[in-house]
Amino acid sequence: MPVVSYINAITMAMREEMERDSKVFVLGEDVGKKGGVFKATQGLYDQFGEARVIDTPLAESAIAGVGIGAAMYGMRPIAEMQFADFIMPAVNQIISEAARIRYRSNNDWNCPIVIRAPYGGGIHGALYHSQSVEAVFANQPGLKIVMPSTPYDAKGLLKAAIRDDDPVLFFEHKRAYRLIKGEVPDGDYVLPIGRADVKRKGEDITVITYGLCVHFALQAAERLAKDGIETEVLDLRTVYPLDKEAVCEAVKKTGKVLLITEDNKEGSIMSEVSAIIAEHCLFDLDAPIKRLAGPDVPAMPYSPTMEKFFMVNPDKVEKAMRELAEF
Amino acid sequence: MAIKQVTMPQLGESVTEGTISKWLVEAGAHVKKYEPIAEVMTDKVNAEVPSSFTGIMKELIAQEGDTLGVGEVICLMEVEEADSEERAGAPDIQEQTVPSETEKAGKQSKIRYSPAVRKLAREHNIDLTQMSGSGRGGRITRKDVMEAIESGGLPKKQAAPVQQMTVQPEEEAAASAASAPFPKRQQKKPSASPAPGDEVIPVTGLRRTIANNMVQSKQEIPHAWMMAEVDVTGLVARRNALKEEFKKKEGFPLTYFAFFVKAVAQALKEYPQINAMWAGDSIIQKKDIHLSIAVAAEEALFVPVIKHADEKSIKGIAREIYDLAEKARSGNLKAEDIQGGTFTVNNTGAFGSVQSMGIINYPQAAILQIETIVKRPVVMANGMIAVRDMVNVCLSMDHRVLDGLICGRFLQRVKEILENISEDTSVY
Repeated sequence: MPVVSYINAITMAMREEMERDSKVFVLGEDVGKKGGVFKATQGLYDQFGEARVIDTPLAESAIAGVGIGAAMYGMRPIAEMQFADFIMPAVNQIISEAARIRYRSNNDWNCPIVIRAPYGGGIHGALYHSQSVEAVFANQPGLKIVMPSTPYDAKGLLKAAIRDDDPVLFFEHKRAYRLIKGEVPDGDYVLPIGRADVKRKGEDITVITYGLCVHFALQAAERLAKDGIETEVLDLRTVYPLDKEAVCEAVKKTGKVLLITEDNKEGSIMSEVSAIIAEHCLFDLDAPIKRLAGPDVPAMPYSPTMEKFFMVNPDKVEKAMRELAEF
Repeated sequence: MAIKQVTMPQLGESVTEGTISKWLVEAGAHVKKYEPIAEVMTDKVNAEVPSSFTGIMKELIAQEGDTLGVGEVICLMEVEEADSEERAGAPDIQEQTVPSETEKAGKQSKIRYSPAVRKLAREHNIDLTQMSGSGRGGRITRKDVMEAIESGGLPKKQAAPVQQMTVQPEEEAAASAASAPFPKRQQKKPSASPAPGDEVIPVTGLRRTIANNMVQSKQEIPHAWMMAEVDVTGLVARRNALKEEFKKKEGFPLTYFAFFVKAVAQALKEYPQINAMWAGDSIIQKKDIHLSIAVAAEEALFVPVIKHADEKSIKGIAREIYDLAEKARSGNLKAEDIQGGTFTVNNTGAFGSVQSMGIINYPQAAILQIETIVKRPVVMANGMIAVRDMVNVCLSMDHRVLDGLICGRFLQRVKEILENISEDTSVY
């Protein structure tokens, strides 16, 4: 299997889906000629032309709105938000229209749109280029939020998102784009949305996380394994709706669980995971549910020292894992 | 002005608490930073507590003699704002960090079990109090329980603990209440079960009392043991020379035991440390020497008391031994006959024993066993071998109260007194 970067896996998925289905098209800021600011759509403009790879004005509400309208009329749009931070003007379109339309129209209409957005910090991007926004959308039934951690998952899940008949928010960690590489098969494959994935098996502690933090957890788990502490790492992959069964199974395996997110702690995805565990796994818990997350401050700071303080990293993960293991 | 708390400092790595032995300043006094404010005693060190601030001693919260955990507030001080260095500088983040839930739980997790552990224990009927844990602060983890289940070495939970009967004489009960820091352990029901044809003897009140006292003594008192060999050739000769006439004249026998009891009473007078009791946070040295003597009846064991044994002659002691033994065997001992013992002498030699490890008569600090007198070849001071009457005296001690040094000296003194008994020794 060829080893490709995370961002190449994204591009592969879009290209293959556009080749497979002529209804699939891409729209967003600079996605055409430039190939996107991160080069996620590189080559698509040349291959599929300006009708299927559309450069839009700097208006996220329009990107979402146009995409939603096209989707409701049977197209399969992939709308790109240049940064997840910029999604805010589109929130009304996404929540009030895309998420609601199937319910509001009593199943007459649906909205098969994918909204891709690079999220996350650690790239010296400061406030408007580093945020995690998943929690904003994570209590909106009708939406699905996919946040893959590996190139393999990214390709398989993006294809699934494009083929899904309902709106999917597809958040890609921008630091993972060129940092994370992995084996990705050339051919067509689809991974199920709504299913978490065990990325490492262990008996001592369980780490549940998603996105880039999965890699931090795997690195820390490697270090702990040298001291005989074996970690089960569950990658949520889809953060809304959550794979409750996989969460409970992973918790019951060890009774000690650490939840990691790069997002601000309070009200994060992990708050919900924690609630699921408390509801269903109380009598399997051997330690208080532990969360490692960003601090509850408005956004990622610009100063490198402060950014480091905000960001989750393998050292912080390792420390939290050891504390849990010792409990 | 600001009120600051001064806390019990950590006076050694493993020290968890300290006792304020003396306050060095009074409330209202002006105290400089680092000036000693109190003397503190821990099980490792005695130290002075320096003041953390410059200011006025507002209130001495801990009293002299109080034992406080490390970090507990011992006093309050009024500190002038300008003097307070912390206020001038940036706040110490370390201090403001709220301990995490895990850390807080860790501190007292010995008695707290996680839901997972409780569930497993219930499913497998495991007595968690019998397990030791590998988690933080000795917490029993789910893994500990699962490993115990897999290895099969399970401390099983018993149906119900046997109700503890307290038929102790009043004074002993009071004394044992004073030694409260030792929690009474629940007795577990033994697993012995009778086979067909076995005779099952119900444990009656007296047997139960003996059992409970023995268990309490053996569980609470850290027993240590030593033995001395005594050459009692002189004692044997003296007693044999006197016994016929004594019996005729006094109407009761002159036993070896009386000589031993007298010697012990005399030695105790010189070593009052032995004549003591453990009372938890103090040791009580008893003024009176009341010797409990162990008297065996067929089914039971009594320990009547010879009061003021140090004030009595060998004859007086012999009479009391005789009277008390008679009363014990006929079941006529009164409450006052068995109360108030401060030390026990046990005549194990009467059973033919040459060595025995006595269980201390709770709450006393020691018990002395007099073994059988036997004839043995002994190398004398001049290098000759002679046939001598030898006896072992064995001492069990409460090592909380007593150490080997003092007990060794005491035993040597008993030995000296006994070996110096000669034809000149008067029994009157």
